Amino acid sequence: MPTAPAGTLYRGREGMWSWVAHRITGALTFFFLFAHVLDTALVRVSPEAYDTVIATYKNPVVNLLEVGLVGAVLYHALNGVRVILIDFWSKGPKYQQAMLWSIVAVWMLLMIPGVYFMLEHTVSAVFGGS
Amino acid sequence: MSSAEAPDIRAPRTQRTFGSSGRSNFELYSWLFMRISGLVLIFLVLGHLFIMNVLDGGVQRINFAFVAGRWSSPFWQVWDLLMLWLAQLHGGNGLRVIINDYAERNSSRMWLKAALYASMVLILVTGTLVIFTFDPNIS
Ligand code: HEM
Repeated sequence: MPTAPAGTLYRGREGMWSWVAHRITGALTFFFLFAHVLDTALVRVSPEAYDTVIATYKNPVVNLLEVGLVGAVLYHALNGVRVILIDFWSKGPKYQQAMLWSIVAVWMLLMIPGVYFMLEHTVSAVFGGS
Repeated sequence: MSSAEAPDIRAPRTQRTFGSSGRSNFELYSWLFMRISGLVLIFLVLGHLFIMNVLDGGVQRINFAFVAGRWSSPFWQVWDLLMLWLAQLHGGNGLRVIINDYAERNSSRMWLKAALYASMVLILVTGTLVIFTFDPNIS
């Protein structure tokens, strides 16, 4: 007797989650780009208008969001290379998982010094120091 | 059994046809464009983020004078123009795919894509104009 189909929810493990993250980081970057081109356009209004809007980027909270954006774009770029290798390199599909852990490692290696330099000023401004 | 009774199924791998107007390989070229533009964007975007956020004090040193200094060089003008167009077309095409995936009603797909294309035109025109008409001595 035919039984009801088992659960049909697709669970693609790391491969699926790396795709979800690629999609979210791509869309997020696109929305930021919209705001960013418009704020840069203020250089055509006046130096004061531009410097005022750029001041928000130097705010400690916004500075933290920038670290998030850089992390998101860096992931999207590295995983984009992985996707291209899966598509065009004959051994790409075989090594897709190893490549995912490799890009996570590269991401960490670049983000650790990156976060330091991005937050250096904010940390000394917020927590004092000399 | 005569062949006239065979079901009306196209042979495998025949291309989809669109109406009577013939074939389109648009999705193939868009797939290829995502990969080629992605490779170029690695240098343009990661270079931009590194220079603007990490190098030499990062975002704290950016102001009007900083922008004026950079755009006095054709190198950075071309860099930024190429980055603007590639990122906008790559991201816009990516969002078109996302809309096609999730917006199931014909009318929602149409409106979402109309808004997307309008925003792309706005950003491409504004951004291009700003780079070409930048005036370091404004006001
Ligand atoms: C920095 C270098 C970049 C690389 C190497 C890269 C690579 C890629 C690749 C290969 C795809 C296709 C994925 C697929 O077909 O499954 C893709 C999709 C996408 N990218 Fe990028 N990209 C980069 C930068 C950007 C930027 C700056 C934006 C935003 C303006 C962006 C937004 C998107 C979006 C929205 C998608 C669609 C995601 C999806 O369909 O799930 N990417 N990217």
